[in-house]
Amino acid sequence: MTRPLSIVVVEKDRERALMIVDGLREAGEHAVVVIGDETGLARRIAERNPDLVLIDLASPSRDMLEELTLATSPMDRPVAMFVDRTDGGMTQAAIEAGVSAYVVDGLRPERIKPILDAAIARFQMVQKMRAELAATRRALEERKVIDRAKGLLMRARNIDEDAAYALLRKTAMAQGKKLADVAQALVTAAELLK
Amino acid sequence: MNGRSLRLGYIPLVDAAPLFIADTLGFAEQEGLHLILRPAPSWSALRDMLAMGAVEGAQMLAPVPVAAALGLGGNPAQFDALQLLNANGDVIGVSQPLADKMRAAGFTFDFADAHAAGRALLAAAGGRLRIGVPFPFSMHTELVHYWLENLGQPLPETLEIRTVPPPLMADALKADEIDAFAVGEPWGSHSVEQGVGTLLLPGTAIWAFAPEKVLAVRRGWADENPDLAGRMMRAIWRACRWLGDPENRFLVSDILSGPDRLPIPAEIIDRALSGRMIISQRGEERDVPGLIEFFSGAATFPWRSQAAWIGTHLALRNGLDPVQAAQAAGEVFRADLYRLHLRDAGADLPGTSEKLEGALHSPTAVASERGRMILPADEFFDRQIFDPAAVQR
Repeated sequence: MTRPLSIVVVEKDRERALMIVDGLREAGEHAVVVIGDETGLARRIAERNPDLVLIDLASPSRDMLEELTLATSPMDRPVAMFVDRTDGGMTQAAIEAGVSAYVVDGLRPERIKPILDAAIARFQMVQKMRAELAATRRALEERKVIDRAKGLLMRARNIDEDAAYALLRKTAMAQGKKLADVAQALVTAAELLK
Repeated sequence: MNGRSLRLGYIPLVDAAPLFIADTLGFAEQEGLHLILRPAPSWSALRDMLAMGAVEGAQMLAPVPVAAALGLGGNPAQFDALQLLNANGDVIGVSQPLADKMRAAGFTFDFADAHAAGRALLAAAGGRLRIGVPFPFSMHTELVHYWLENLGQPLPETLEIRTVPPPLMADALKADEIDAFAVGEPWGSHSVEQGVGTLLLPGTAIWAFAPEKVLAVRRGWADENPDLAGRMMRAIWRACRWLGDPENRFLVSDILSGPDRLPIPAEIIDRALSGRMIISQRGEERDVPGLIEFFSGAATFPWRSQAAWIGTHLALRNGLDPVQAAQAAGEVFRADLYRLHLRDAGADLPGTSEKLEGALHSPTAVASERGRMILPADEFFDRQIFDPAAVQR
């Protein structure tokens, strides 16, 4: 029986952090701690002396972790990024999923692998959800703009909703533009003319 | 969109300018290159992007490739520095409470005298001083250490040099996580604009001509791809030459300012480019010629002695052998490739690739391949001279 590893996850968003922690639990009985507040990040990680740190690749605070690679105390071993000690495929997957990891020197690859696999899977999910949320938001925004543009046309030209929509679509096709862009232009112009 | 694609990574800073200018003004196109510029969220991320081949070249803190050669840092990959992107460009600032205390003690913020500023800072800070720097391996970190350790004053009981990403520096001051900072422009001016910081010194007051950012590639890449490396270096070098012309200044800040480049208004970016710094919310203005230098005085030449200076200081702080470190560091600054690829583009080349650092107290003519070239003053605030051949254990 090997001892459980101590893992720190750096993540501000509570829900995202919970998802990642759940995923890591599936990879084995490890002691997982989330640090959400990035104030004094390096010091707080050093105090915990973890075996593994996981952080969003897009986080500017990642540079704070670099200090740890120099610290000899209180961590007795330096942490290093996992790129040099795991296979290239996994590194690539981690980058695509947007996760970076700092691993204590000397930890055996077969102990890290299941954890990183789980982390990569979870970060992928998080990233997909983020992308979907952004897409949904954009669609909602476009819907609103198109509705406003239809309203403007209906009043200005005294036509019904279907005719207003058809007019917008025809204009968009003739100009080779997206429907939402034509609607946005109309709304902007109408505001200027107010 | 024609030409061979080349991916370059950068961090949003004034000294990413050579990359933007090479792209925007056609210097890359002239070399048959189509540049794809990729912003990175942090220096460690940019270094790792470069290490893993997500970009071919990157704007990089001059000490990063040196640190890698010394085995320091979180990524074991090795790099070559092909040329400097700029010299200087950093500023040191203090929090508002600390600035008030220093003023109350009679300090006038002349933004020039590193001795006086250092004494005033240490006196006001008392037992604890926390300084934010962008990265453990950066000129900012080196300048802060060199300055404080050579003041001849006792240092605070608690002296912490902490990593804070540049865009978060103003927030860290406001939240009282740090008392002072060293950061590249425009982020120092940004903290003044936010009303949370007062600028204390330009980096040039500590070292008058310090290597700041380099164009870095994976070790060996430029040797294996001589044609591509040459084209990239010429495009960037011509961009630096264009940037060195004071007449182009206003265009530069307009090109740099934008949501997908530097999210800072052009007039604030212009302060570093013009050397007219506004150091406080009171509107006090200080002129610093050469606050950031892209071309003049062989600013783009990767002096092996500059690398050796960085390597020696990194080694002494981290318990490594300074003699070996100076040697390993010097090999990272590829003056040989600079000569090979930029000679025909019109670059004048110094007679040697090493010099005494800090020996020039005023601009001085030295021997070059074409006769003579002018090197700028490069003195340290304490007038020490660094001889790369005389590093001792």
